[in-house]
Amino acid sequence: MRAVGPVRRRERTLLRAAGRRLAGAAAVVLGAATLAFAALQLLPGDPVAVLLGPATSASPQVREQIRADFGFDEPLPVRYLHYLGQLVTGDLGRSYQRQQPVTTLIGEQLWPTVQLVAASVTLAVVVAVVSAVVTTGRRSALRTLVELVELVALSTPHFWLGIVLLTVFSFRLHVFPAAGAQDLAALVLPAVTLALPVAGVLAQVLREGIETALEQPFVVAARARGRSRLGVRLRHAVRHAAAPLLTLTGWATGSLLGGAVLVETVFGRPGLGSLTLQAVTSRDLPVVLGVVLLSATAVVVLFTLVDLAQLALDPRLRTAAAL
Amino acid sequence: MSGPADGPAGEPLLVVDGLDVTFQVGGERVHAVRDVSFTLDRGECLAIVGESGSGKSVTARTLIGLTGGRSTVRARRLSFDGTDLTALTEARWRAVRGRHIGLVLQDALVSLDPLRTVGAEVAEPLHVHRLAARDEVAGRVTGTLADVGVPDPARRARQYPHQLSGGLRQRALIASAIAAGPRLLLADEPTTALDVTVQAQVLDLLRRLRQEGLALLLISHDLAVVAGLADRIAVMYGGLVVEGGPAEQVLRDPRHPYTRALLAAAPALHTRGLHTRGLHTRGSQLAVPVPWRPGAGPGGCPYAARCRLADERCRTELPTPAEADPEHRVLCWHPVPSPDPASPVGPGVLAVDEPPPPAHVPTGGVPTEVTRSEVLLDVDGLSRRFRGPGGAWQHAVDNVSFQLRAGETLGVVGESGSGKTTVARIVLGLLAPDAGTVRFAGVRWNGDGVLERDRRPHRRRMQAVQQDPLSSFDPRYTVERIVGEAVAGTRRRGGRRARRDRVAGLLDQVGLGANLLGRRPRDLSGGQRQRVTIARALAPAPELLVCDEPVSALDVSIQAQILDLLADLQRDLGVTMLFISHDLAVIHQVSDRLLVMQDGRIVESGELGQVFAQPAHLYTRELLAAVPRPAEPTARTMAR
Repeated sequence: MRAVGPVRRRERTLLRAAGRRLAGAAAVVLGAATLAFAALQLLPGDPVAVLLGPATSASPQVREQIRADFGFDEPLPVRYLHYLGQLVTGDLGRSYQRQQPVTTLIGEQLWPTVQLVAASVTLAVVVAVVSAVVTTGRRSALRTLVELVELVALSTPHFWLGIVLLTVFSFRLHVFPAAGAQDLAALVLPAVTLALPVAGVLAQVLREGIETALEQPFVVAARARGRSRLGVRLRHAVRHAAAPLLTLTGWATGSLLGGAVLVETVFGRPGLGSLTLQAVTSRDLPVVLGVVLLSATAVVVLFTLVDLAQLALDPRLRTAAAL
Repeated sequence: MSGPADGPAGEPLLVVDGLDVTFQVGGERVHAVRDVSFTLDRGECLAIVGESGSGKSVTARTLIGLTGGRSTVRARRLSFDGTDLTALTEARWRAVRGRHIGLVLQDALVSLDPLRTVGAEVAEPLHVHRLAARDEVAGRVTGTLADVGVPDPARRARQYPHQLSGGLRQRALIASAIAAGPRLLLADEPTTALDVTVQAQVLDLLRRLRQEGLALLLISHDLAVVAGLADRIAVMYGGLVVEGGPAEQVLRDPRHPYTRALLAAAPALHTRGLHTRGLHTRGSQLAVPVPWRPGAGPGGCPYAARCRLADERCRTELPTPAEADPEHRVLCWHPVPSPDPASPVGPGVLAVDEPPPPAHVPTGGVPTEVTRSEVLLDVDGLSRRFRGPGGAWQHAVDNVSFQLRAGETLGVVGESGSGKTTVARIVLGLLAPDAGTVRFAGVRWNGDGVLERDRRPHRRRMQAVQQDPLSSFDPRYTVERIVGEAVAGTRRRGGRRARRDRVAGLLDQVGLGANLLGRRPRDLSGGQRQRVTIARALAPAPELLVCDEPVSALDVSIQAQILDLLADLQRDLGVTMLFISHDLAVIHQVSDRLLVMQDGRIVESGELGQVFAQPAHLYTRELLAAVPRPAEPTARTMAR
């Protein structure tokens, strides 16, 4: 088992790199939590009034009681530490409106959104890779057409695309359901709606990356060893073009997590989008904070993963400083 | 075409007859290769020599079906092992590439995929041609790497190209080209990016592969490199083979004016170490009066624009092959006559290699003047460490001291990693030393806490000339702006006009016309770019020029011109030069004194002639021995 040694060493260095990045990520999440807490404190008005809503009139005793229940009468540092303590134990507080723990509320709505975003991003990457690999390097009518479609796709607003798809595939052709999240068929239209504009951007970036890679001398060398045009693209060029693609995909996933709200509304899907919408309109601050923290965590984790994937992809980045 | 037999009996492995390649560039048709014919057999080596744009690389690429671009390939015959290459479909070409014909390119750092392990690249032809089962591949890869002289091949196979030294990388690239056992290897500038001693090793490897039966087509811009390896040499110019024949004959008895100029341009070592500076013996023969384009002069000889012997007939009518003997063909109306059998060495050949007549020595009495002049640059005990890839500290420069007197040129020679560029960066004040000091023109310049703030007022007095001008220019700037930026006092009244005149004057000084003022770096040739760099460096009228590998990226013929230019400038302007190069022959052309660096230390120093004549250190001797010499056959003839 001579071959195991260096491979294991490489895995170890990558693991160490992952550990250091996760520590950094935790710091970023702490920062986000602190900022969110500070924003809450700076919010004008009495939190009890916010909690009770504008229409309610309550006696000073009741208000005092609420203040004590929620801990609003404690000094600021104590409240901050208490808040952090809660975060660490996974407690995001209780919703003002629904009187349920925020974690429960988010937990219920998280899965449909994750499903939607994962499906969209996967679809977008697959469409982008196929479209870019097939059409690079050659000036042809197909390429011109594909590039035009990409341009249209990336400049189309999600909600409009969603309505068009709904009209055609649900109301006219009755292929897919118009609303709900009951089965996979219900996932298709919203996923396509979210995926197409992203695919348009990814495909263009990937095509440019592949074309830059195809001009490198190692491509001639690979072809001189007998690789076909397609083989060179898949085995060599795509990897070189993958770095910007990865970064963009991480960014797209993060923004889709937050931006799914419109599509979820159009397709009447449950999800974080509708939860956030309700929380914001009814000033349900603990829920808003919970969603903010979740998004921050998700984005930080995503970018850490992208960073690690770049290291795995490009050995030249594995310098002492990066690991 | 898989049997070991060499095609039909009596037929060479590779037959190229009347090869023509044209490219469609914009609306223009460029005739890149014209009527090229040769044959190559097992165990033979043919070298194609020429400068950039001569069509030598296109010829090689065509032989592996990768001419590329919008090209048209025509040939009376193009056959490999009995197969007609002109009739191959792309799918059948793929079965030939890597399997029967291999290709090695220049600079393995970019010719091996940087994202894949060396082993994956060497294994590629085995996978593509399905020559080994999955579990056999690793063994075959280490075997091939061991064959090309890569030590510890199993470990190297798991590493990435950037983790290998230049020489090992080039060996790995060769391994990837021969892994599937091709019978013809096309090597396009296989040693151009390498240090001399490494170059010698790679050439040795190619020689061994040829002895093992591989047919080798070697492409180079440098006659000296191919001299020890080629059986036959074809010299290409403007897409034509202008001279071809047995290597010995072409080198000993060059008939075409271009071949002779190329031989003269090769920066060979003058055995007695005498200085030919300012004698104008080399570059002038290859000077290009006007930018030459392959499309110019449809009927004439492409070399006519640069040829001293050219007349009206040369400009209008393409020469027909003059056959000195059936083996040695020359495409010229005025072939240089064969030397008189009584004196086996033609006077023209040695006019350059010969030491200058004794009469020149007193006039070139530079050393005595130099010793009297003041010390301009005083480098004392420089050390600088860097953290290596493994995290351990390594000395890039270790206790280096030297002095440079005004008007003198000091050559610093060493291979990659010898620390010579670190010395240059410290001298330029771009990097602080860990220990030691630099004094420049009496000013504390670097080390011992000297700050950039202290250096700034004196910056203009020291200028740099780098290796790769393309990357040291802003690609969006015009030549006028690039050079103008370095001209002092541009904000004064009448600045614009005065600056333009000054820039034009500087260009004129480096042999460029004012018509280039509006060009951008990309539209310049390599030689023109390097001249612009020099003009930019001269703009603030510096006292010291630090030249770091100023000609390494250039063809031999262009190198000679740039070196002549630097020598002229030094003589005319009295500028002092610190000249850094990995190439002893180049150093030899310009330097008064020489430092040899190895592993961060100065291992030898002294007057140029003395070091060349009596190298004291083993490493200097190795460096000297590794320099390829085109004049070797000549020397043998002389000895007879």
